[in-house]
Amino acid sequence: MAYVEVRGLRKAYVTRRGRTPVLGGIDLALDEGEFIAVVGYSGSGKTTLVSLLGGLIEPDAGEIRLDGVPVTGPGPERGIVFQHYSLLPWLSVRDNVALAVDAVNPGLSAVERRRITDEFVALVNLTPAAWKRPRQLSGGMRQRVAVARGLAMRPKLLLMDEPFSALDALTRATLQDELLRIWGERRSTVILITNDVDEAILLADRIYPMTPGPDAVLGPPIEVGLPRPRQRRHMSLEPAYQKARRALVEFLRSCLYRSGQAATTEGGMRQMRAGADTPEPSTVA
Amino acid sequence: MGTKIRLTPQMILPVFGAACVLLAWALVSTVAPDLPSPVRTWQESRRYILEPFFKDGEMNQGIGRLAFYSLVRVGKGFALALAIGTPLGFLLGLSPRFHQAFDPIVQFMRPISPLAWLPLGLVIFQKSEPAAIFTIALCAMWPTVINTAVGVRSISQEYLNVGRVLKLSRTRMLTRIIVPAALPYVFTGYRLSLGLAWLVIVAAEMLTGTPGVGGFLWQEYNSLVYSHILLSVLTIGAIGFLLDRLMGLVEARVRIT
Repeated sequence: MAYVEVRGLRKAYVTRRGRTPVLGGIDLALDEGEFIAVVGYSGSGKTTLVSLLGGLIEPDAGEIRLDGVPVTGPGPERGIVFQHYSLLPWLSVRDNVALAVDAVNPGLSAVERRRITDEFVALVNLTPAAWKRPRQLSGGMRQRVAVARGLAMRPKLLLMDEPFSALDALTRATLQDELLRIWGERRSTVILITNDVDEAILLADRIYPMTPGPDAVLGPPIEVGLPRPRQRRHMSLEPAYQKARRALVEFLRSCLYRSGQAATTEGGMRQMRAGADTPEPSTVA
Repeated sequence: MGTKIRLTPQMILPVFGAACVLLAWALVSTVAPDLPSPVRTWQESRRYILEPFFKDGEMNQGIGRLAFYSLVRVGKGFALALAIGTPLGFLLGLSPRFHQAFDPIVQFMRPISPLAWLPLGLVIFQKSEPAAIFTIALCAMWPTVINTAVGVRSISQEYLNVGRVLKLSRTRMLTRIIVPAALPYVFTGYRLSLGLAWLVIVAAEMLTGTPGVGGFLWQEYNSLVYSHILLSVLTIGAIGFLLDRLMGLVEARVRIT
């Protein structure tokens, strides 16, 4: 049995106007230390998937098992890096991270917990800003704090919900490189949710394309054959990169032709442009 | 702006507004013979303002001294209102059951006038001072209760999710997430409560005849010294304005952090 196993996960939102089926049976499996990405159009239900995996909402059907244990609610063994950072604005950078460290290490001494907190703040290069409040930080720095907090939970599985989508292209590239470095050092098990094809290829071992909703499902996984450690430079020239990208874009496009409505969404249009056949240096640092 | 202080519309217009009201007052005083004009009011009130802390008798004291008595009384009532209102607001916001049980009562008690509570306070406490404080607290606490409850209920799900993922204990959830997130609302409630407490003081002092700005006002009405009614009214307005500004500063501080 795989380390993380997701079977037949379904979720629909019921509102007064009716029932909106979002996820129509998600299957997913990954081993310990794997980094996978789920790529899909905006509005296809990616955040719903993260919330389900995180245990923040209940599925209508299906099950999630982490290390053999069924997921029934939220818990720090499944750390989440939220799309909008979700930092607590009344706490400093350090205290935001310390909140996580203190919560998952109740047995340790205060000195030891302080040391771990400092370590994670340093890991994301925020030691000079440790006493600043989130509102004094740029978007990139805020997301670094959120990453540090997610890692500081020492989760068995780290969930990242479009972590860099709100950042400008240059900052996004820097943070992707940093994540690549950190992951290289720690080999955590990560599920990255994104709508950026290049981000997924750069970071993940395997990519699951997601069909546009309603009733979104995951397409056949695409292995990224790029060796690690990876470098952003020259990556786009590698045959393995081009192969993965072509497979991903072709799948996502074929979904669009099948279900006309997604093509009219703004996200769909953006994705079409990002998915041009010739690889372009869209996010080169 | 240069080194010279220039008169801007922001500085001139409030003065203009005050001048209009003074003019209207002066005009009305020519028609209503018992209403003292602004000039007469000043002449008859000078001593109370220029020597604000003199004391000739229980009810004949400088306006500063009278205002101090009132402020102490309001301070006690306001403190009591916060001490009861804040936890009540948190309970209403946190527990749907508590809300179902007690929200109707809150809505029912809220519109009851201080004039109705005060006699009840006198019946319960037998003395005017605790009755006045009881009335102030009971009338002033509702904005704190309601704003706190609303503040707690409108905490962003984002923040609560952080606490859920970390499986924070109830106390840590409260101290690290719920209280800080609700604090700006709580302080808005405090500011409104303080305004109400000051509003109630006049009624409370009038009915109980205790020394203070409100008590003085009522006594001078009975002694036909109408200029002192105006003096009291102006004092009440000025102090109310200052209190609101002070609380506003505190509120702004909380909002930033």
